[in-house]
Amino acid sequence: MTSAITAAGLRKSFGGKAVLDGIDLEVGAGTTFSLLGPNGAGKTTIVQIMSTVVHADGGEVRVAGHDVARDPAAVRAAIGVTGQFSAVDSLLTGEENLLLMADLHHLGRAEGRRRAAGLLDQFDLADAATKTAATYSGGMKRRLDLAMTLIGDPRIIFLDEPTTGLDPRSRRMMWQTIRELVAGGVTIFLTTQQLDEADELAGRIAVLDHGKVVAVGSPEELKRSIPGAHVRLHFADATGLDAAERALGGASRHDDTLTLEVPSDGGAVAVRALLNRLGDAAADVAEVSVHTPDLDDVFFALTGRPTAETTPEMENAR
Amino acid sequence: MTTLTFAVRDSATMTRRSLRHVLRYPVTLVVAVAVPVLLLLLFIGVFGALKAGLGAGPHVSYIDFVLPGIIVMTVAYGSSVTTQSVNRDSTEGIIGRFRTMAISPASVLNGHVATALVRTLVSVAAVIGVAIGLGFRPTADAGRWLAAAGVTALLVLALSWLGVAVGLAAKTVEGTTGFILIVQLLPFISSAFIPPDQMSGSVRWFAENEPFTPVIDTLRGLLTGTPDGGTVLAAVAWCVGLALAGYLWARVLFRRDLNR
Repeated sequence: MTSAITAAGLRKSFGGKAVLDGIDLEVGAGTTFSLLGPNGAGKTTIVQIMSTVVHADGGEVRVAGHDVARDPAAVRAAIGVTGQFSAVDSLLTGEENLLLMADLHHLGRAEGRRRAAGLLDQFDLADAATKTAATYSGGMKRRLDLAMTLIGDPRIIFLDEPTTGLDPRSRRMMWQTIRELVAGGVTIFLTTQQLDEADELAGRIAVLDHGKVVAVGSPEELKRSIPGAHVRLHFADATGLDAAERALGGASRHDDTLTLEVPSDGGAVAVRALLNRLGDAAADVAEVSVHTPDLDDVFFALTGRPTAETTPEMENAR
Repeated sequence: MTTLTFAVRDSATMTRRSLRHVLRYPVTLVVAVAVPVLLLLLFIGVFGALKAGLGAGPHVSYIDFVLPGIIVMTVAYGSSVTTQSVNRDSTEGIIGRFRTMAISPASVLNGHVATALVRTLVSVAAVIGVAIGLGFRPTADAGRWLAAAGVTALLVLALSWLGVAVGLAAKTVEGTTGFILIVQLLPFISSAFIPPDQMSGSVRWFAENEPFTPVIDTLRGLLTGTPDGGTVLAAVAWCVGLALAGYLWARVLFRRDLNR
């Protein structure tokens, strides 16, 4: 796997306070990587360093094979950025914003118009193309922002909390766009504080807390890495429930719902063994479901805090 | 294409962008002309009656005396518009976007300054047009008009680059008001409305030595009298110096970390 982005020993302090404290990351080309963490964890700072607008205090970052400190121009030519610190020109129309980006990418006039029209259609902005962006809703602005990023056809895209503040429909649309981009071979570096978003989109997730990566892996690996997983068995009647309880032992029984909860890592081997034991005991199971911890549980287990709790805003004053 | 052609092309793109802002909200341009014209009317009304003994000579009408100061105030107003639009770009985050793109660095700032030049010179031309309608009688030939336009353009560059730097430095639009106030007040304590030798003490010293005075005296000399070589030199030196200081300051601010 070739790497689109690597970071080694990345450090950054603002006003004597360490915001990033030795970050190591590797993002494979053509994958979606999500940086998950609460406000103030340092997510935006990492994106700002990787997109060349903030200088690191220490460590090495390579994006698209180029060192961000030594060759920022080459990095900029390969990336697109949409998110908290990216923006649209609210005094221009949607179409003018896109044409401005086309001009800055040195696309020809005809090619620029063609791409702008295509993106306006794709992002459901064609009707509002001649209205100034100041009149756009938050969702429309975010879509325009992403369209402006895409007009240069970047191979690596940074999305800094791309769906924060969006309504569910816009959020779904953003997710769909991200999947299509990855299908087209684009590398996505996504930051989010929404666990379901990381779960939905990312192949790999790094959990960031107080400037440190506290865990990294696929969503499934992260969920399996912490206790709390169990298999829930639902029975048609009390007879089956009794038989199963005798056979398994150590399970917690819920008479009102006729269910047993059995601690398990939820893996296929463990579940098959469990079902075999129930078959031997002739306990008829009506329904089996595997409950792995969700990322909320993961986050809590790793940091000792729920994700909803926010630390003082030090990510950046805006 | 070479780096230089890209730099020119990106700056031209950014200038088109800023000019589009001006054309989209022409009220900015109207205000940029209306405010100096109102001041002109006010000063003709208030001081016109006292013109005798103003040092300009009885054969010079007060509007001829005061117009160069009004031109400088038009430029000062123009720089406040530039400051605020740079600040809006900076705080809205579009400058952050530009900085992640493979474009000529600072082309966005060049675009703002180029637009300021066009916008302000158009306002100044309109103000002069109105003044001629009100009785302004310049005696300049084509060469002196050209020289006056050159000095005005230099002043626009000086105040625009300073304004760009202030716009980048300020975290909010409120943070730019100090600069705007200073630039708009300085002409009042200069040779704009009465000759400094009729002022007293420290005010007189200040008026004689502040940058707007040589610029105003130069414009006055070019348009309605005889320019003094030393004064012209001082005006050009002030403008070039301030423009350079503003440019370098803006460059430092633009290169530092985003959001710092």
